[in-house]
Amino acid sequence: MIELDVLLVLAYVLVFPGFIFLFGYSFFAEWFDRKMYAKMQNRVGPPLIQPFADFLKLLTKEDITPEKVEKVPYSLLPILAFAAIATAFVYIPVFVTTTPIGFQGDLLLVLYMLTLPTILLFLVGWYSRNIFATIGAYRAVSQLFVYEVPLFIVALGPALWAGSWSISDIVSFQQSHYCLFLIQPLGFIVAIMCLQAKLERIPFDIPEAETEIVGGPLVEYSGRKLAMFRISTDMLMVVGSALIVVLYLGGPSVGFSLESLHIVVQAIIGFLAFLVKTVFIIFLLSFIRAAFARLRIDQMTNFGWKWLASLAFIQIFIIIGLRVVMA
Amino acid sequence: MSEMTIPIGPQHPALKEPVGFKITVEGERIKSLDLDISYNHRGIEKAVEQRDFNQSMYVIERICGICSHSHATNFSKGIEELMKVDAPRRAQYIRLIVGELERIHSHYLWLGVAGHEIGFDTLFMYTWRDRELVQDILELISGNRVNYAMNRIGGVRRDLDEKVISYTLKKLEILAERTKFYIQLATTEETVIARLGKVGRLTHEKAKSLGSVGPTARGSGVNLDVRHDDPYLVYDEVPFKVVTADNCDVLGRTIVRAGEIVQSIEMTKWALENLPPGEIRKATPRLAPSGEVVSLYEAPRGELIHYIKGNNSDKADRFAVRTPTLANWPSVVEALQGQNIADIPIVVAAIDPCMSCTSRMTFLDTDQMNSWVWTWNELREYGIKWYRENKGISWGD
Repeated sequence: MIELDVLLVLAYVLVFPGFIFLFGYSFFAEWFDRKMYAKMQNRVGPPLIQPFADFLKLLTKEDITPEKVEKVPYSLLPILAFAAIATAFVYIPVFVTTTPIGFQGDLLLVLYMLTLPTILLFLVGWYSRNIFATIGAYRAVSQLFVYEVPLFIVALGPALWAGSWSISDIVSFQQSHYCLFLIQPLGFIVAIMCLQAKLERIPFDIPEAETEIVGGPLVEYSGRKLAMFRISTDMLMVVGSALIVVLYLGGPSVGFSLESLHIVVQAIIGFLAFLVKTVFIIFLLSFIRAAFARLRIDQMTNFGWKWLASLAFIQIFIIIGLRVVMA
Repeated sequence: MSEMTIPIGPQHPALKEPVGFKITVEGERIKSLDLDISYNHRGIEKAVEQRDFNQSMYVIERICGICSHSHATNFSKGIEELMKVDAPRRAQYIRLIVGELERIHSHYLWLGVAGHEIGFDTLFMYTWRDRELVQDILELISGNRVNYAMNRIGGVRRDLDEKVISYTLKKLEILAERTKFYIQLATTEETVIARLGKVGRLTHEKAKSLGSVGPTARGSGVNLDVRHDDPYLVYDEVPFKVVTADNCDVLGRTIVRAGEIVQSIEMTKWALENLPPGEIRKATPRLAPSGEVVSLYEAPRGELIHYIKGNNSDKADRFAVRTPTLANWPSVVEALQGQNIADIPIVVAAIDPCMSCTSRMTFLDTDQMNSWVWTWNELREYGIKWYRENKGISWGD
């Protein structure tokens, strides 16, 4: 672990590559996603500044709290969702293989942090006291059980192979050996599908299906609180993609050793590699979004348990088998 | 989970026009359903009865924004029958061509809306892009994109020249190619089939007994098409097949519509190539004799009925419209029983509802089994009285 003093750690968490960077990159990710989606649909798509403009516009809008809701959780939930995702991001190595605050087992912490937003979304729907929000909340939480199990199982794969629960160790392993996508393509595919479900995007946008239940759990939200949730979803897309990148595509590593280069050059190359890889994952997510129709909740449950869960188990059995054979 | 009542409409993102559903669900399953239509009564029938036939054409064209030509053709056809005038053959061909192009554009529009309702926005964007081809053709033929105003009593307003015909034939080729792609997509894409197949079941018998019309009935295997059963214009000359499907679900209705696009393209091509020469309109008498006529037309959504009663004047004594959507509403209630909440948008959209075209008013005494309508003066007096008593507004005497 790199020894850094308190100020540097603070800068890492708050400015780069922590909070501020995540904020900016989330806007870029949303723009890229929307632009790709538009291109695939034969549309022009929004300009680069659009997500930021949307965010600012929402901030200036009237913030309405319905009369019958409980005020404290109603206002607190967006902030919690935002905080959980921002926290998860600082454990993901962005330009070198390690993070200053990483520890043995941070992979689990990140996974749990990324589960929180969905649970908070359920609470949001529950506290909104709106029929559409309630149905959306039920759907969000039923969907949660379907995709979360396969996601946790496949996230176990890289940890098993690298022999560590630390994200930094998994990245270092890929830096010195090969990227784990080659060993675990099934796990990669399952992880992508689960991320799509976690982000509640087509074909898994069941909890917020516009034509069915208007806006799902967020239907009563407006103004600042809605803006908070919107940016949280964008951040979740970035952090989720980043997690898949570090687990399967080697994070900031580029496949060959950069030891001979200056440390700053190493960091820049690593950072660029990270950006390219996350953008690639976001592109895959946009592609899935453009290519399918929305599933029903029963079809989603079927698909999740029949395909995602069994593929995830097959992947794990393959890994264990290979480990035994190699040992 | 306990029972909940969900209000869908009168305002809801899935609905493009107002209609109300009160749906009682248990979990995600629909237990019972209450339908409330007619939020958009516009007094079209009375407005037509106030105006002479030529003025009425403008009003009638605006009954529906999508099948405007259907209404206008049906009305002018009825009046011509009442006046005992036949429109020239060339005019009838042109009416048919515009009518079939309108069917293509309407079905393309539906395909896009269906895609949107099942969360497949890419399909929506694609179909609406390709729909522009037929919109361009219609604009070139008539000068308008929505209310074509091609009809007048005794013929059509504009002729088709060589340039228009060759342009149309060229664009129809591209459209035919694109249609093949959509048929393939609608019948092979996994998620589309998952969302359309076995959804909104309407058995053959139910479709018949509930009086469904158009693609809704044909999607349940009912061979019912006014163009075939009671040919009007020149439909007895133009070769075509009535497309039916035995799926008895939303997928069946989709297959029927896609098949009808193909048929309409073929019919339009045939009609353009065999367009007879001659005049495009005839002079008609100003007055229509006393008498009644029921005019039928196969609109994109199904059988459209106009009833016209003449009284030896230049106005209709009584004009009544039964749009296909009204005939199809009972089938929606039937098709939604026991379905999932998620299926509501697509099952409702599957009849291609046109809410505003549907709203009519009639009084019904179910004990005596008789019905009547109000005259303009009765309606006016009621309105004045209601506002005076309920809102305190006096409109004077």
